[in-house]
Amino acid sequence: MKNYFLRRFIYSLFTIFLIATVTFFMMHSIPGGPFTREKPVPPEIMRALNAKYHLDDPLIVQYVDYLKGLVTFDMGPSFSKTGTSVNDLIKAGFPITARVGFLAVLLITVLGLPVGIISALRQNRPIDYFVMFMATLGVTIPSFVLATVFIYFFAGKLGWFPPFGLATPLGYVGPVIALSGYSLSFVARLTRSSMLEVLRQDYIRTARANGLKELSVLGKHAMKNALIPVVTYLGPTIAALMTGSFVVERIFAIPGIGRYFVESVSNRDYTTIMGVTVLYAAFYVLMVFLVDVLYAIIDPRIKFEKESG
Amino acid sequence: MKKLIILALAVLIIAPAVFANGGGDNDSSGSYMNWNLGADPKTLDPGLNGASDGGDVGNNTHEGLVREQAGKVIPGMAEKWETSADGKTVTFHIRKDAKWSDGSALTANDFVYSWKRAMDPATASEYSWIWEYTNVVGAQKAAEGEGSVDDAGIRAVDDYTFEVSLINPTDYFVSLMSFYHFMPVKQSSVEAGADGAWAKDPALAVSNGPFYLTSYTIGDGLTLTKNPYYWAAKNVKIDVINVKFIDDQSTAYTAYKAGEFDFLNDVPPAEVPRLVAENPEYYIFPLLGTYYYNFNMDLDMWKDVRVRQALTMAIDREQITEVLANGNVPAAGFVPPGFVDNKGKDFFETAGTYGISTDDGSVDEAKALLAEAGYPDGAGFPKFTLLYNTSEGHKKVAEMVQEMWKTNLGIECTLENQEWAVFQDTRTAGDFELARGGWITDFLDPMGLLAIFVTGNSYNDPNYSNADYDALMAKANATIGKDHYDALYAAQTILMTELPMIPVYHYTDSYLSSPQVKNWTRSQLGALDFSKASIKR
Repeated sequence: MKNYFLRRFIYSLFTIFLIATVTFFMMHSIPGGPFTREKPVPPEIMRALNAKYHLDDPLIVQYVDYLKGLVTFDMGPSFSKTGTSVNDLIKAGFPITARVGFLAVLLITVLGLPVGIISALRQNRPIDYFVMFMATLGVTIPSFVLATVFIYFFAGKLGWFPPFGLATPLGYVGPVIALSGYSLSFVARLTRSSMLEVLRQDYIRTARANGLKELSVLGKHAMKNALIPVVTYLGPTIAALMTGSFVVERIFAIPGIGRYFVESVSNRDYTTIMGVTVLYAAFYVLMVFLVDVLYAIIDPRIKFEKESG
Repeated sequence: MKKLIILALAVLIIAPAVFANGGGDNDSSGSYMNWNLGADPKTLDPGLNGASDGGDVGNNTHEGLVREQAGKVIPGMAEKWETSADGKTVTFHIRKDAKWSDGSALTANDFVYSWKRAMDPATASEYSWIWEYTNVVGAQKAAEGEGSVDDAGIRAVDDYTFEVSLINPTDYFVSLMSFYHFMPVKQSSVEAGADGAWAKDPALAVSNGPFYLTSYTIGDGLTLTKNPYYWAAKNVKIDVINVKFIDDQSTAYTAYKAGEFDFLNDVPPAEVPRLVAENPEYYIFPLLGTYYYNFNMDLDMWKDVRVRQALTMAIDREQITEVLANGNVPAAGFVPPGFVDNKGKDFFETAGTYGISTDDGSVDEAKALLAEAGYPDGAGFPKFTLLYNTSEGHKKVAEMVQEMWKTNLGIECTLENQEWAVFQDTRTAGDFELARGGWITDFLDPMGLLAIFVTGNSYNDPNYSNADYDALMAKANATIGKDHYDALYAAQTILMTELPMIPVYHYTDSYLSSPQVKNWTRSQLGALDFSKASIKR
């Protein structure tokens, strides 16, 4: 088991390194740079700017410098916020993004799972139809539509919620709904279908035939297996939600890091691109790892030794 | 069960953080204004700034030698100034009560320091290229790293006398002094917070304008507070300006309608026609710039001037500006309205339209020209691509132009869009047939626009070259008054005869301002000024 964790840890580091390397070279291969302007900077001034930020060094030197920074957790200065380091940008934005993301994950778990299970247990009854109707809507309506409608109607027309920002607890409602809408619906559907499948299994019939209480059949036997696909899906989703969404953060004017994933690319803000990419990669790898650990807890058939042996 | 406990713990840890963030920010007892700037400026250091959002803040936190309000130059840090008889020495008299927001005295030496810093390549200010157009002795060389900043023609004669030596007499020089690049910055602050970090740090952000920075949150907003040491502080009516960086225009507009903002820099494009038609809170100003299409003059297909004229004349500019519905002026020249010549007349009016109708009145002439050039009804004309950077607005204009050429001339062109930064590279490399262009001047002189078509200019995207044009522009640069404007009129005539580009329309700038906000002004170059604004709630 220990062996397995160590191995996974090394793989994870290697994955992050690969992602960082590929991103670094891809980023430098696209046209434009951090000082590309509508009104282009004259060549002489461009030279001074490039020299100042070491963009005139050979790419391989920049790469080595970058890796040095990465191991010391120094992501360098941001190009789109002069005088601010990427570390500062992440430090300022990540807690906010993570807070909204966490609430979204919470909503998905405490609402999506039970609703999916209830729907499965009441298959083809009104409650099931209602849940599936809502879930289909949730999967098909994009988050920007949810967000825009929310602001227009609940903030603008009714005035129940602030139109932007997180200054009050009420401000979290819109972003959390818009952010979790898709995953919430997806998890509900996934839980339902996976639960339905498990309920048809022989061992459930056996458990029932043996006279086990329904609660025990469902809670102890059915749930565990039904949750496996859900956990598989939730891991990466948590990584994605906790690092934010460009659309939701932009529309609700949340000063998080979600926007940097898109903005840093259009600005060719090299250091910020690398910073947020590596952060997301690390988070993702961590979640995938945690999912594997959870498998073992939920499903005793999955053994670490088998994989590592 | 374990999972549940972990979950509960996590909620306990995170929930207080959620609620600790609460509370509004409009608790000041004095008068306050809520303003959505629309973006988190790259920098708030006027010497480093190169963007209009940073310029809007800078114009309120800092003040140059002069201010420009709606085209009028008024005293700023300099209470008066005089130009020598030969026009080559300008002496500014700094006001004796000029102070920084920390109460310390502001002197001519602060200008010397700030200017040298701004032009120094080590500072790497994006706008340092503007020194070429200041005509300050030695400044261009210093900015390009070929000379020392100490050789630049600026000096503090004494604490209150700042003297500038120019290569040529320059009409627009004094008005240019209102521009953010020339605003003073305090040496001790600049040295304490590298790369402009000082300007976003309330502990270091010492400034000399009507307001100073009292808070800044990355990606969220900032607060400006009235500067009690500002020389005209008694005219500053607003105590606090709460600035937000909301870039989603719909969200900001909803918040404005809900009364959360008093002033917006941008509105959703879809709302514009309605706002123009019925909302008196919507203000449109001319922006001194032009939207155009560059011919790639290196290509054989554009060699015949009649072809370029035909394409230029076959466009119904009024239809385009009507569709855009943002008060844009159809462009039948390159210089937009707003420049006053030596006779006090508007350059744009005097220059006229060079025989190019602003509606579809020139279509027949366009057809005839194309036929003369050997392509009757467009027959045999090579296919070409019109390139623009990805944007709904650019797409709309390009599609209309494409349609007009097809209908009016029988010419087919394909549209191609590229991501913004890729487009900039492609255009600079000259790898296009016809490419969108846009240019906005940084100083109050038609030269700010016409200079880009001088041979070898970094912004000369058509790669146009005409010796007569270059000579006239050189003459304009070396003269003032009648000679200056005569040269500029003659130069634009050459430009509009040769047509290395197709002018489409002149830009506008717009704001939404609640009727409660009074007396705000805007410089002709586009910077907002709240130094005399007031707000009644």
